Amino acid sequence: MHDVIIIGSGPAGYTAAIYAARANLKPIVLASSVEMGGDLMTTTDVENFPGFPEGVQGPDLMFAMQQQAERFGADVRMQDATELELDGEVKRVHVGDEVLEARTVIVATGSAYRKLGVPGEEALSGHGVSWCATCDGFFFKQKQLIVVGGGDSAMEEATFLTKFADKVTIVHRSEAFRASEVMLQRARQDEKIEFLTNAVVERINGSDVNGTNQVSSVTLRDTLTDSTWDLAIDGVFVAIGSDPRTHLVHGKLDLTADGTIAVEGRSSLTSVPGVFAAGDVIDPTYRQAITAAGSGTVAALDAQHYLAAHPAPALVSSPDDVAL
Amino acid sequence: MKEVTTASFEQDVLQSDKPVVVDFWAAWCGPCRAVSPILEQIDAETDKLDVVKVNVDQEPDLAMRYNITSIPAMKVFQGGQVVHELIGARPKPAIEQELAAYL
Repeated sequence: MHDVIIIGSGPAGYTAAIYAARANLKPIVLASSVEMGGDLMTTTDVENFPGFPEGVQGPDLMFAMQQQAERFGADVRMQDATELELDGEVKRVHVGDEVLEARTVIVATGSAYRKLGVPGEEALSGHGVSWCATCDGFFFKQKQLIVVGGGDSAMEEATFLTKFADKVTIVHRSEAFRASEVMLQRARQDEKIEFLTNAVVERINGSDVNGTNQVSSVTLRDTLTDSTWDLAIDGVFVAIGSDPRTHLVHGKLDLTADGTIAVEGRSSLTSVPGVFAAGDVIDPTYRQAITAAGSGTVAALDAQHYLAAHPAPALVSSPDDVAL
Repeated sequence: MKEVTTASFEQDVLQSDKPVVVDFWAAWCGPCRAVSPILEQIDAETDKLDVVKVNVDQEPDLAMRYNITSIPAMKVFQGGQVVHELIGARPKPAIEQELAAYL
């Protein structure tokens, strides 16, 4: 039986792993088979993580965190948790057909990109609709793009996409931006970027290119006047935030009205003893790499405290096994 | 997993007797690197289909011919035609399910 299993490998999961490993808890990290490293794996320059005055590439930062956790004995597995049994003193984490047992579980599953939920989005996904500028920007050389969203990730994607595209229009529903001032200014000063505020995407339209349906325009609606119009474009990058990824714990852990896993005060304690949660999956507000990392620290320390206060369940099966 | 170029595409993919899964990828694409070992395993585990890869950076003509705008893009070719496609990295069981008809 393991002391702690950590589900997730973003800044929260790996920081929890570093702390747990240094406490000699030999954590198992289920890092995911295809999303190891979390959202930062598709980010380029990270300029606000302390300790990197020149910035750091997202994947480099995550690989460094993984190495740091492994250096102290974390067992990082590129596998997916598929089902959790969290009741009782022994937690069971299913990884496909394999079942791992542990005394504590730290849920650090992060968040999943939000979709626009408009007609055309699903059908044209991968055919001009994208959630990953670093993966797909390359295919839009000399093209016209829109980026939907008003936060830091929308600004970052738009700025990145100008390396390839002729013109990038940021479409945002209001005139107020969540993005930090530095990111917003950088986008505003970019000659290839235009802003279209008080506008939402109503529909994504496609047309036939060599036998495949590809994005050709979007239908936009002015949020003040309600008038609609079509804008001819070649690609839509969606950056409207993300939702906590809680499918593994539905009906097992209490959630908040925001859909995040409910935790007690400033701790990582969930509604089930021995189960802790950290990072974006508990955070409806800040969702930064550094806050997630801090949250991972809290979860590891809480798990450590719980393990010390709850001695391991006896493995003795009959009184005869007890040495006199 | 065999690397296919514009020059070898006709023979390796279009003329193949077996279904061929073509993984369009690039070194700068994180999700591509994540899904690559999974495709490698599937290629090794079955004789019913071949899995090959096309580097879109080196073979932009192939990427353009097949309208690639998102990677990783995995296209299944049979008899010279695209018969199925999957876009985006997914865990192995999900990919196997998508390829079930050809496995």
